[in-house]
Amino acid sequence: MTEPIVTFQNIHKSFGDVEVLKGINLDIKPAEKVAIIGPSGSGKTTIIRLLMTLEKPTSGDIIVDGKNLWKMDKNGKLVDANEKHLRQVRGDIGMVFQHFNLFPHMTILENCMTAPIHVKSEDKKTAKQRSIEMLEKVGLGDKLDNYPSQLSGGQKQRVAMARALVMRPKVMLFDEVTSALDPELVGEVLEVIRDIAKEGEMAMILVTHEMDFALDVADKVLFLDEGVIAEQGTASEVIEHSKNERLQSFLKRFRA
Amino acid sequence: MRGINITISVLIASAILGYLMAFVAGLCRLSSNIIIRKATGFYIEVFRGTSLIVQLFWLYYAVPMLFDIQLGSNWLVGVIAIALNYGAYMSEIVRGSILAVAKGQTEAATALNMSSFQRMRLIILPQAVRMMLPEFGNYLIQMLKATSLVYLIGMNDILYYGNILRSNDLSQAPTVYLLLLVFYFILALPIIWLTRKAEVISKKGVAS
Ligand SMILES: Nc1ncnc2c1ncn2[C@@H]1O[C@H](COP(=O)(O)OP(=O)(O)OP(=O)(O)O)[C@@H](O)[C@H]1O
Ligand SMILES: [Mg+2]
Repeated sequence: MTEPIVTFQNIHKSFGDVEVLKGINLDIKPAEKVAIIGPSGSGKTTIIRLLMTLEKPTSGDIIVDGKNLWKMDKNGKLVDANEKHLRQVRGDIGMVFQHFNLFPHMTILENCMTAPIHVKSEDKKTAKQRSIEMLEKVGLGDKLDNYPSQLSGGQKQRVAMARALVMRPKVMLFDEVTSALDPELVGEVLEVIRDIAKEGEMAMILVTHEMDFALDVADKVLFLDEGVIAEQGTASEVIEHSKNERLQSFLKRFRA
Repeated sequence: MRGINITISVLIASAILGYLMAFVAGLCRLSSNIIIRKATGFYIEVFRGTSLIVQLFWLYYAVPMLFDIQLGSNWLVGVIAIALNYGAYMSEIVRGSILAVAKGQTEAATALNMSSFQRMRLIILPQAVRMMLPEFGNYLIQMLKATSLVYLIGMNDILYYGNILRSNDLSQAPTVYLLLLVFYFILALPIIWLTRKAEVISKKGVAS
């Protein structure tokens, strides 16, 4: 058995008095594609944000490539991670946001090459070249000097993917990356994700409401319901053959 | 007319020092250290809550007497007083603009594994500064007007020379003061122009 690249061990998360995640256990293998589906408010985004260190778990451990994400060793004791530790561990993780979150004051090219230069200390020429290659791959090689405000939603989201990909993460997180898009632009973005998925070596966690897409790319699907993983299995098992009633009524809404 | 170099040099020096103060105080207000935050808050409230003239007199007459500190020439005292006063006001602009940069920007920078310092320098500040520019321009015009107060601590700015001309010949008073008005306005013109420019730049840079 290969070691998992990401493990959640009994993760709980509360906002104030409200417990949003109620004991999540999860293993993701390198290169595995995992789709998370579930009703609004079930905690899908929260799972992803905990892994990206945008939110801190209330209890439990997250292990990334063998390292504890939120805790570090200090004189033999486990203490809360400081920024330095977080930076060491989260370098393996990349994320694409629902609302793109491109940097509006930078061109498309600068959006992509800033992090490699400043975070990974790549020399400018290499970073630029790799960024251009990545932007060409997502079909935006002719927009390098445009600003985000000059692009369509679908183009923005493709830039956001290129920006995350140049950092060469081992795990990439997608949080409903098509749900802020006009329907006619969804296809071009899913197409790019499919291509990335086919290349293989990177693990992917996709929160999505696109069931056909999940069937197509996901090795594993999790159905999240009220903060627990209520059902999991292969895409076909969960989406096509599950007996879980809440899952079936949830899926019915997408089959209309 | 003489005195104009005093007015301009006080303006330039206090503007530079004032903007610097604004950034330092604005960032301190956002510090995670509660002592730094409270101390800066105290400075800002004191300087915003009292009049610039009184602050000027304090620094020029009272502080040297009470604490036996010589703050230097009246030029320097004037500059420091104006800078501290307007720095206090403008620090709120700095703070507000930084907070106004969308939360998603910090999160995207974190997702790219930037350190908190890199996030501030590469992502947040460049966007925040664009928002600050128009307001900074408005305050620059106010600082220009405030420079006339250094006359009160014995500096020979254009107001001082205007008053001399008038006291030589009282019938000249309307002309002299009209000239002064025109003078301040001419000085303000390039600043007003810069402010307009700044508004254009800030509109371009922040919309997403
Ligand atoms: N920062 C926060 N403060 C307080 N409550 C929060 C916060 N973030 C999320 N929540 C709450 O946690 C619950 C789960 O949120 P989450 O965003 O993870 O759901 P989701 O499954 O992604 O839903 P959706 O499909 O609508 O995106 C929701 O009830 C939400 O209101
Ligand atoms: Mg969500």
